Amino acid sequence: MTDSDTNSRTFEAQKPSSESQANHLTLDSELSNVDPVEARAEQLAHKAGFDDDTSSQIAMATREAVINAILHGNKRDPKKKVRIGFALSNAALSITIADEGLGLDPDSVPDPCAPENILRSSGRGIFLMRAIMDEVHFHQLRPGTEIELIKHRTNK
Amino acid sequence: MSMTLTARQVGDVTILDLSGKITLGEGGVTLRDEVRKLLAKGAKKIVLNLAGVNYIDSSGLGELVSSYTAVKNAGGELKLLNLTSKVRDLLVITKLLTVFDVTDDEAAAVASFA
Repeated sequence: MTDSDTNSRTFEAQKPSSESQANHLTLDSELSNVDPVEARAEQLAHKAGFDDDTSSQIAMATREAVINAILHGNKRDPKKKVRIGFALSNAALSITIADEGLGLDPDSVPDPCAPENILRSSGRGIFLMRAIMDEVHFHQLRPGTEIELIKHRTNK
Repeated sequence: MSMTLTARQVGDVTILDLSGKITLGEGGVTLRDEVRKLLAKGAKKIVLNLAGVNYIDSSGLGELVSSYTAVKNAGGELKLLNLTSKVRDLLVITKLLTVFDVTDDEAAAVASFA
């Protein structure tokens, strides 16, 4: 895992104000990168003042998004990268996770709580992100998908 | 910390004491392999003691469901014992608490099998 200043226009567009703190990571599509990103999200959540439980949940939502990006977005293609952005402002902690895959339609993901899906062994990641975070946005990058996870600091 | 798993027998009930994380990769695979092994040996009454599990992700939840289904399909029953608050919260959020038979009392869990 290496820190890098990305040239991606997506991140440029979301560059936070001078009062906020932000940093970016560009990762290979390897599952060994998941734990370090999760740890970093938890560290930043603590720094933002969220309690232990909330910080752990934010880290888990990040974990789910990174796993999705590696497995379902980039399909572990070594040529494709996952880009992570962390931004902390007075209002919120925002974490973006972008892949270079074929794109994701979040509305096409079945409700994992529906009786016909409850015994499925997968498909709960996006549901957990939405349950944990205050806002979850999906941006189509062409190619790829960026998931934006936001937790408001006023709700901490 | 990855997951550790220890099996013990109480009468004809097999209790698996789990601790650590059940996540994508090691923890989930360990659980899956152990449950399959027990089923192959003819075990029908299985309790997962999750007292030491302080972390589970969506893949881990999937492994719990997968184990539940595998045991049920083999004509057995799988129950959960001693959920930590974090695991319980996730089972509530995902409505999986409505699927599993859950208790905090090991003797009651053992006695509850038909």
